[in-house]
This record gives sequence, structure tokens and C-alpha cells, in this order.
Amino acid sequence: MNSVLFDVPGPRARARHRIGTIVGGAAIVAFLGLLGWKLWVEEAITPDQWSFLTVPGIVLGLAEALLFTLAAAATAIGMAVVFGAVFAFGRLSDHALVRWPCLVVVEFFRAVPLLLLILFLFIAYGWALGPFGSLVIALTLYNGAVLAEIFRAGLLAVPRGQREAAYSIGMRKYQVMLLVLAPQAIRTMLPAIISQCVVALKDTALGFIIGYSGFVHEGDLIFTSIQYNNPIAVGIVLAAVFIVINYSLSRLAVHLESRLRRQGTTVVHVDEGVE
Amino acid sequence: MRPFRTKALVGALTLGLALAACGDDGNGTGTGGGAESEYEVVDNPEFESGTTMADLAEQGNITIGVKFDQPGIGQMPPGEDAPVGFDIEMAKIVAGQLGISPDNIEWKETVSDNREPFLQNDVVDLVIASYSITEDRQKVVGQAGPYYVTGQQLLVREEDKDTIAGPDDLEGVKVCSVTGSTSIQTVTEEYGADPTPFDTYSACVRQLQNDTVDAVTTDGAILLGYAAQDPDNLEVVGPEFSEERYGIGYSKGDAEMCQFLTDTINNSFENGSWNTAFESTLGQAGVETPEPPETDPCPSA
Amino acid sequence: MDEYLPELLARLADGFAVTLRMLGWSALIAGIVGTILAAMRVSPVPPLRAFGTSYVNIFRNTPLVVLFLLAVEGLPTVGVRISFEWFAIITLATYTASFVCEAIRSGINTVDVGQAEASRSIGMTFGQSLGIIVLPQAIRAVIPPLASVYIALAKNTAVAAAFGVVEATGQLSNLIRDFASFLWFSFFGIAAGYVIIVLVISGIAGMIERRLAVVR
Repeated sequence: MNSVLFDVPGPRARARHRIGTIVGGAAIVAFLGLLGWKLWVEEAITPDQWSFLTVPGIVLGLAEALLFTLAAAATAIGMAVVFGAVFAFGRLSDHALVRWPCLVVVEFFRAVPLLLLILFLFIAYGWALGPFGSLVIALTLYNGAVLAEIFRAGLLAVPRGQREAAYSIGMRKYQVMLLVLAPQAIRTMLPAIISQCVVALKDTALGFIIGYSGFVHEGDLIFTSIQYNNPIAVGIVLAAVFIVINYSLSRLAVHLESRLRRQGTTVVHVDEGVE
Repeated sequence: MRPFRTKALVGALTLGLALAACGDDGNGTGTGGGAESEYEVVDNPEFESGTTMADLAEQGNITIGVKFDQPGIGQMPPGEDAPVGFDIEMAKIVAGQLGISPDNIEWKETVSDNREPFLQNDVVDLVIASYSITEDRQKVVGQAGPYYVTGQQLLVREEDKDTIAGPDDLEGVKVCSVTGSTSIQTVTEEYGADPTPFDTYSACVRQLQNDTVDAVTTDGAILLGYAAQDPDNLEVVGPEFSEERYGIGYSKGDAEMCQFLTDTINNSFENGSWNTAFESTLGQAGVETPEPPETDPCPSA
Repeated sequence: MDEYLPELLARLADGFAVTLRMLGWSALIAGIVGTILAAMRVSPVPPLRAFGTSYVNIFRNTPLVVLFLLAVEGLPTVGVRISFEWFAIITLATYTASFVCEAIRSGINTVDVGQAEASRSIGMTFGQSLGIIVLPQAIRAVIPPLASVYIALAKNTAVAAAFGVVEATGQLSNLIRDFASFLWFSFFGIAAGYVIIVLVISGIAGMIERRLAVVR
């Protein structure tokens, strides 16, 4: 425990911490116990509520739906990287006529609720885009705008000397960007990009609202059916799967970040997944 | 990638399966939706060349926009390929007159918001999706019929049926309907209800069963389908406080198509196929088979 | 247009009143819960630390929609019946508290260990060292990430539109139903409301930051 707030504890402090451990531990156990007991007596988590997990068809259906969710998230992130790169370069342009519109677009999509974008695209253009198209385009616009800011910060974080050296040997601006700055920046931005994948994956669940046949939609079909009617059990399963995937991705991002730091690279920092 | 089944399916498992099963028992057709039609499929129908009907008959298949989430009307049972419901039966009757058998109908899910765009952009050939005939809609699409008339009603819990007996009892009552629907607008603006919008009727019905809302409102025909799923606890109450006349949507200005659809609807009234359609679907949910409505004349081209 | 504009403004006012009410309550609750969680996570007591860490990892990694489903569909089945607006507020607060916790914790961790050591070495008590030395420096570092968290919360209130609450985003469907030809207008009208909320939150954060800024 090397916090800014505490010294290495002495004997008396250790005794206090032991008491705290017992009291705090008991309080937490009591709280969780009460919660579990309440859910149990209300028959929300009794064994029969989980029986859907023993039906092969249902488990396969969930697995397939999870693939749809992952596919939507992956498509959106892929497109968002392109969108983000274009607008990051746009924002670094020397021409105000390019810079300003890019700024407005990026800030707009960062400020608007993703669900509003999804609903608008679906209601207005859903006949052509379908739920998948509406969802993926909305995710692309939002995540692309966030990535544009990350990319811009990454490009600006490359040491000045690199740029100056490149210009001094007669490279043009786009060459400096693409050949010198971008390759160095990508490494530093990797953790931030992975963190954004977590955000995108969580947001893909919003597709449920416009009926995209993803993971949450499939769960909805189970707990709304008359033979199961088990929203809490299904909700816990859905949450658990997302937690495992997202937690693994977050660990990967942290791992990459610490490795890059050890190599002495400045890492672009983002507010990890505030969405 | 498999076709995306929008919204749809939510809840209502049993009724859908029950309806499909009833259809099977009565008519000995194939599973869910049925490969053979219990309605007449005309051999080599004759249409004036150049009309939409001639093109469809020639091509041998048709795309029809229907609802996937309304038990009794148009609903896709989980794991099935074809939807079931009264609208679906009407679609089969119409397709049969074009010489197209039910397995050559492509079912396309429409939601309330995208029915006009679907017709305007030729995503579908026809829309049969609890599609009320209104003047506003007729500005952008054609609507033939009606083939069924219903009205907005209320679905309440059994124990509340005396306190919430009609729209006048809705002041301050939590009423659920689908986001952006005209039904929710009517009860809010005209009867002072407290609106709670959800994205599907099924979600509304669950909230009603959970005691978190006190009434669900939309067309009576749709509510009856839900009441039939849980007859001990749910009840449709009160007078119909609007008139919804379901029509078949087609591309605006196609006068021959309008005449064909109107004739087909009128024929189905006379030859009993309309009755068959009704009894095998909404009839199974406990709705008395009504007198067929009078169809509107087609606009002169 | 004569009919549309007043109607648009009226509905935006109705919608954003609810959006802001949800934002206010959930921001307050998330702030309190998040601070308690952060205190747990930096405390020297292992069970409290474990609880704080688990809470953050569970709620930060679950999609908000799944939490909404658990609350709105699940809680009534175990006897919890409150208005949909309060379901939304509690769900948003539960979710956001994990981000508030992380913002505060990362803020505390930016303060150099030497600062606290120095304060203790000149004889300050734990309370003095925390109150006079560590927290004032931590708050400065907390403001920017906290502002991002609250901006995200403001946008996340939109999800309540799908769970029985008539707020700003839910007005889109109503407006499109009644004024189909003003599709883009309606979208940008609602979007503008959110942009203003975001600007106000960033503005307040910037103001606080400037007041706390120190000249080095």
C-alpha cells in the first residue's frame, strides 16, 4: 500500500486496519448477503431461473447473437478509425476552411447522445440502412469523432524535432504526416484505441432499442418468453459476458500502456471509456 | 449474414406458436406459415400487360411489408421463417390472386415509422401492416380497402377493469404505448394520461403485468391478441375511441393496382376466404368475427 | 413552419426539463456514491478496497442498456416499484458512480507522494495533510476527468427515452410523427439542446479550474 495518503503502517495502525478489515468485511458481507437473500426469496436467482442455460438451442442463439454484436462493433471501429484519421488530419490542416468544418463536425458528434443519432438514422433512413446500418453508421460517427481527437493528440505528441528534421530534408506536409509522424504516433495511441473499443462494444448494445438482432435482443427474447420470464437472471448473464470481454480489453490496454511507458514512449492518455 | 429481424418477436411466444399450431390442425398445411395456401392460387392470371399486377405475376414473387411484433395481426414466432397473423393471411389472399403461392412471398418487416418510405422507395410492393387509412398518408402513398376496422382501446389488469373502464378514467393514469405513436398522443392530449413510451407493445404489456403502468393503449385488435395470452390477468376495456380502418398500401397513383386490391378484398368477403383468414388468426384470440367493412372507392386516375 | 417552430420549442422545453431533472439527481447521487467508492478504493482496509474495485470493474464494463433492462424489467419482479424517471436516475447514478470513482482516484494519485511526506515531516496530522495539502491539489486534477464523466452522463440520460421516460431524445419520434417534413430540423433542434448542456458543463469546469489554478 504505497498511497500518497499513508505511511507504511506501524503496529498500532496495523491493529486499527485489522479492526477495519473485520468491521468493513462484515458490513460488505451483510450487504451482499441481504441482496442475495432478497433476490433468492423473490425467486429471481433460484436454480430454475437459470435453466435456459442448459438448453443448447438457446445457448447457441446467444452465441450467434454475440457474434452479431461483435461484428457490428468491429465494423464500426474499423470505419471509425478511417473517419478519425481523416478528421484528425483535417483539424491539423493549414487551411482554416478545412480546419474549422472538421472541428465543428468532430465536436458536434462528440456532444450529441449516441441514441439520438441512432434513432434519427433509423427513423429517417432505416428503410435503406436497416438496424445494422443505422447502428454502425451512428457508432462510426461518434467513435470516429472521439478517435479524431485521440489521433490529433497523438500526432502532436511526436517530438518536434522529428517534424523539423523531416521538413528540413524537403518533405511536404502530407509526407511529414504520413511517413514520419503517423507511424510513430500509432504506437502511442494503441492503448487509447483499445479503450475506445470497449466504449464501442458497450454502445453496440444500444442497437437493441432499434431491434438489431444482437446479444441483448436475444436475451430480451428469452426473458420475455412466457416459459422463462426471468429478467434478472438473463440480465446478469448478459452483463457477465460483457464484463469479461470488456475487462480483458481494458487489461490489454493497461498492459500495452505500461509496456510503452517502460520503453520511454509518451502515451496518449484518454479518459478511459467514460461513455 | 441472416436478415435482421427488427424488433419483432418480443414476447408473445405462446400465442404465436398457438396460432401457427391451430392453422396446422385445421388445414393440414406445413409448419409455421405453411408452404401450401389454404387460399386460391390462380393459375396464369390474366392482367393487362404493362400493369404492376402483370409484372408481379410474370416475375412469380412479391415483397410484402408486414408487422413482426403484433400477435394475431402480424408476428414472427422465434425460430420460424414466416410470420403469422391476420395481415399475413390477407397478404396470402392477395398474392394468390396474382398467381403467387405463399412460399414465393418475401416478408419484409416494417415498423410504423418506415411504411411510407418502403412504398415510396419500392423496397416493398405492398404494405399490409395494421396500416390505418388516413388522409395524410394518402398524400404520399395509395391505400386500398379497408379490409378490417378496429379502434383504439385500453388493456388493463383484471382487478382494475372497474376503475379504468374507458378513456375518461385516464386522467393522471400511467398509460403505455409505443414511442411516437398516435395512440399515446391521443390519450395524453385528449384524456390527460401520464404517457410512458416504450419501444414495443410487448414491453408495455410486461410493464402492465409488473404493475409499473396501469393501462396499455393501441388498436383493439392488437390488444386482444395480448389479452388472449394472459386471459386471467388482462382485459380489454371500454369503447373504441377512434376508428382505425386497415388498408393495403401500394405505390401512389397506381390506379389499376387499387382496383385490383379493392376487388380482391371484396371477393374475399364474398367467397369466405376473409372469414377463414380472420377465424384462424384474430378469431383464435377470442375476437368475434365481425361483418366485413365496406371498401372505399378507388380514386379516379 | 409557423405551426412547427412554436411546437418544436414547446416540446424541447418539456423534454429538456425532464432531461435536466434526471441529470441533476443522477449527477448528485453518482457524485456522492462515487466519492464513497473512491474513499474505499484508496483506504488501507482490504475488504473495502476489494469492494470498491469490484464495483468499478462490474459497472464500468456493463452496457448501460443492460443495466436499464435489469432495473426496469427486473426490479419490479422483486417488488421494487418506482416511477420510470427514478428507475432511470438510479440506473444512471449506479453506472456513473464507477466513473466518478475512477476520476477522483486518479486525481488523488496525481499528487506526488513527497507532498504528503513533507507535510507529515513538519508534524501535520493525517487530517491536516489530507485537507490542506493533498485534496486541494487532487481537486485540480480531478476537475477535467470529472467534467468528461458528467458530459457523458448528460448524453446517457437519452437512453431513458427507451424505458418509459418522456425526455428530450424521445421527442424526436413525436416530432417526426407530427411534422414529417421537418425531419432534419427536429434532429438538429434536439441535438442543439445537448450541445448547449455540454458547453455549459465544460464552461463550469473551465471556470473552476481557472479559480483553482496556481501560479508556479
